[in-house]
Amino acid sequence: MENAIAWIFIFPLFGAVIVSLLGMSQKKICYPISVFSMIGSFVAGCVTIKQAIESPNHEVSYLLGGWTLDQYPRGVGIEFRGDLLGALICLVVLGVGLVVSFYSKIPVQEETPGKEPLFYSLFLLQITGLAGICLTGDAFNLYVLIEVAALTGYGLIAMGSNRAAAATFNYLILGTIGASLYLLGVGYLYIKTGTLNMIGINEVIVSNGLMDSASMQVAFILIGLGILIKMAFFPFHAWLPNSYCNAPTTTSSLLAPLVTKVMIYVMIRMVLTVFGVEFSFESTLWADVMPWLVVVAIVSAAVMALAQREVKRMLAYLIVAEVGYMVGGVWIYNYYGLIGSIFHIISDACMTLCLFLGTGIILRKCKTTHFDGLRGLFSKMPITMAGFFIGGFSIIGLPPTCGFFSKWYLITGGMVSHRWEYLIVLMFSTMVMVVLFFRLIERIHLAVSESGQNLGHGHGDLGLTEEQTKFEEGPLSMVIPLVAAAAVVLLIGIYNQDVVNQIEVFLEPFNLPKGTVD
Amino acid sequence: MNEAPIYDLRPLLAFLAPLVGLIGIALAGEKRANLRELFTFLAAITQASLVLSMLPLVLGGAVIEFQVWQIFTNVPLLFRVDGPGLLFACVASILWIATTLYSVGYMRGLHEHAQTRFYSFFALSLSATMGVAFSANLLTIYFFYEMLSVSTFPLVTHMQDKEARTGGRTYLGYLLFTSLCLLLPALSWCYVWLDGGEVAMDFLADTGKLEFFSQNTQMVLLVLFTFGFAKAGLMPLHSWLPGAMVAPTPVSALLHAVAVVKVGVFCVYRVYADLFGSEVLIRMDGQDWMMGLACATILISSLIALSQDNLKRRLAFSTIGQLGYVVLGATLATEQGMGGSVLHIAMHACGKITLFFCAGAIFVASGKKYVSQLRGLGRKMPITMGAFMIGSLSVIGLPPLGGFVSKWYLALGALDRDAMWVVFVLLVSSLLNVFYLLPVAVTAFFRNEDDTDDSGIKEAPWACVVPLALTAIGCFALFFLSGPLLRLAGITQ
Repeated sequence: MENAIAWIFIFPLFGAVIVSLLGMSQKKICYPISVFSMIGSFVAGCVTIKQAIESPNHEVSYLLGGWTLDQYPRGVGIEFRGDLLGALICLVVLGVGLVVSFYSKIPVQEETPGKEPLFYSLFLLQITGLAGICLTGDAFNLYVLIEVAALTGYGLIAMGSNRAAAATFNYLILGTIGASLYLLGVGYLYIKTGTLNMIGINEVIVSNGLMDSASMQVAFILIGLGILIKMAFFPFHAWLPNSYCNAPTTTSSLLAPLVTKVMIYVMIRMVLTVFGVEFSFESTLWADVMPWLVVVAIVSAAVMALAQREVKRMLAYLIVAEVGYMVGGVWIYNYYGLIGSIFHIISDACMTLCLFLGTGIILRKCKTTHFDGLRGLFSKMPITMAGFFIGGFSIIGLPPTCGFFSKWYLITGGMVSHRWEYLIVLMFSTMVMVVLFFRLIERIHLAVSESGQNLGHGHGDLGLTEEQTKFEEGPLSMVIPLVAAAAVVLLIGIYNQDVVNQIEVFLEPFNLPKGTVD
Repeated sequence: MNEAPIYDLRPLLAFLAPLVGLIGIALAGEKRANLRELFTFLAAITQASLVLSMLPLVLGGAVIEFQVWQIFTNVPLLFRVDGPGLLFACVASILWIATTLYSVGYMRGLHEHAQTRFYSFFALSLSATMGVAFSANLLTIYFFYEMLSVSTFPLVTHMQDKEARTGGRTYLGYLLFTSLCLLLPALSWCYVWLDGGEVAMDFLADTGKLEFFSQNTQMVLLVLFTFGFAKAGLMPLHSWLPGAMVAPTPVSALLHAVAVVKVGVFCVYRVYADLFGSEVLIRMDGQDWMMGLACATILISSLIALSQDNLKRRLAFSTIGQLGYVVLGATLATEQGMGGSVLHIAMHACGKITLFFCAGAIFVASGKKYVSQLRGLGRKMPITMGAFMIGSLSVIGLPPLGGFVSKWYLALGALDRDAMWVVFVLLVSSLLNVFYLLPVAVTAFFRNEDDTDDSGIKEAPWACVVPLALTAIGCFALFFLSGPLLRLAGITQ
């Protein structure tokens, strides 16, 4: 497995081809092939991160087609570079993909009957694109892979309900604008530096003293804006809620945890590796403006989430708020803040996965995710609800879930860099999350309507028939992935130190300020 | 305490016992009620005997430690058993046995629904309480503190109706707001300072470590910690406690007079005694304000209690006042004051749980909730009302009852600090205690009933009466056997 990093892509890419060819005649074969490809890819991802941890410079490099990178500036070829950050996020992508591919069996059959080959080939291509984004070492290839992920994403979403087409169109327009801005920025970079390799660009910026170059500033702003649109940062979030709410269950379970998070990764990559810490934080206005935009973003997204009366929509706005957390963690320009951001990418992917998998099971059973239709679910589907609320508690940030630890680092970062506004906003949105999830618990657990009417006759009578509260879990192929995701949320929390140690190793060369207290 | 700590598994086992019991409770379920209650008893008895088995070691001056897991590089999830922690653990686990017996009588007597859920979350809460009692550093204590907040929510909202919703909202609103918005920043503040929290967060490491901070920062931290642990019920963050009275009485008795609120004051005590340390506290400028706040809580809550007709609400406000004593002892920052505050955790627990047991027994037997309805009940329920009398006298602080001992040391602590006005507050509040507690028993015993509908009332089921008689006797026992308690609280060697 010396070239494990290449196997990460070979499995889903060829899996997609096989699924689309063989699946035409044999629809039943799509599911096992997809699961198999995901397992293979996930194993390759694990091997890659192991190699990255063990190698002396903490990265794995693979040159596609054998192009060499010896000349200056570094590289024209296609390099896949798995440093600790990239390999870690890639592993998250593959892990989420694996869990969702297990989960997909029943929802895909039920929601998109007859379209299995199409769905699974797009699914696998989506994974290829997202994993590629995490591992590519080339700024232009990054654009290509972003588009691979986006185009397959449009297809996956459009297979949903009647309204999915309009939502997809909205997403397509905004997504294309974002990607075009990014591409334009990369054009500037290529003109100024003569290379597309990420490390190469950085080498040229440092050695040629491009810190004050106006065109570099333009490139930075274009790329930044493009990424912000792609990650649904408020106020560019309009595409997200409708797309995720109207998409098929499997699609939203796959896209919601990954797409926005991977774009945060791209931002961190651009800031740290491509432009460099000094350029990003000290020679642009961007670093002064962003923390305040983050404040606006988190508050607005949290308030909008409060106004929702449907679980899926509420979760969609929560994602927008969480994006604000992570962007804030980067732009408060602090060691702990960045640890928090990176750790939050990982933990947010896991907890969002938990929530969306749970929502999928609820939707299948109740035919709705509106708050009014959920009463009595604790006795009907206790395991599903437990999994769902482990994700919810993690979003709130209760120990020992992984959400507590990422929030811990974000708070610490805000505190030592004296960004009190960020701290206050974090607290505010935490309280909003408490309200959101405990309100949901109330609506499920209590026999009280939203306006405060007693619905039952007291003594735990929920005003439901026996049929409606009888124990009746979802199918095992859906519940087991949910339980696995919930377990991962807890395990990442418990073993947070092992993850954080790797992040610290990655961040060490960048000399970020550690800040002071008092 | 200079010798090396003993490495022992027992603190962890005491924490795990209710969790194991929980599995049994859940599996037995509603259909095999006797088996389910057997599991609860087994868990409670196992926990209490594990806790008691550590008593000789700790009385001998040893400290027991067990490290579970490394949370951060320098901050482990560490259990440590020392005097105050063990005292609190003893009280909680022994009273859990009594409460379990009482719950059986109460829940079956009222034909309550969802008893399996009730017993399950009860066990979970007790597990978290043990965790708090045995925590060795701030982060550990925070973990179990949050665990307790969440695991008691289903108990508070047990009735699942509109009233339960209001109570539950106030409950979680106060507790999670303070712990997430005040405590968490304070914790992270201690964490980043200097050494990744290794010293700053540990309770046993040199006290006086926060002297590194400026006076202002110390004050901010003190405020964040004192209000962050809102379970301590310090005014103005007290309203969750009367709201939580919608829960069934066993919950009010054990959790909202013993476990939950005592976890709050215990955390405050830990922060004052083992994080700041008395030297830093005495030198701190604004620290008098905290003392004043505790005194204000004591007096105001007693005044409010006077006007409550609902018996459980009156007891809840009384609890707030009594919690004020514990916080006051911690703010006094003298050896006797802090010792008195630890003692008061135990003394008040025993007295107040008796009162709540009685209130519940009255409700089971007669369906009465209000003080004004109790006329003549003393003759029909002599044991219950007698126990209520003893409990009241103990809370008031008369010898030979437990409550006297702790109040005595609190007053001594105040004198050590040259704070005559605190002694005065203690006297006035004792007087107020008399005014709001004694009329209950007096009404029951000496006022004639004015209607005859009550003729059928007799004592509550034996499972309700036995525990309250036992805890009433316990109030006497705490007075006569206070020697070991004084040693645990660190007043005598």
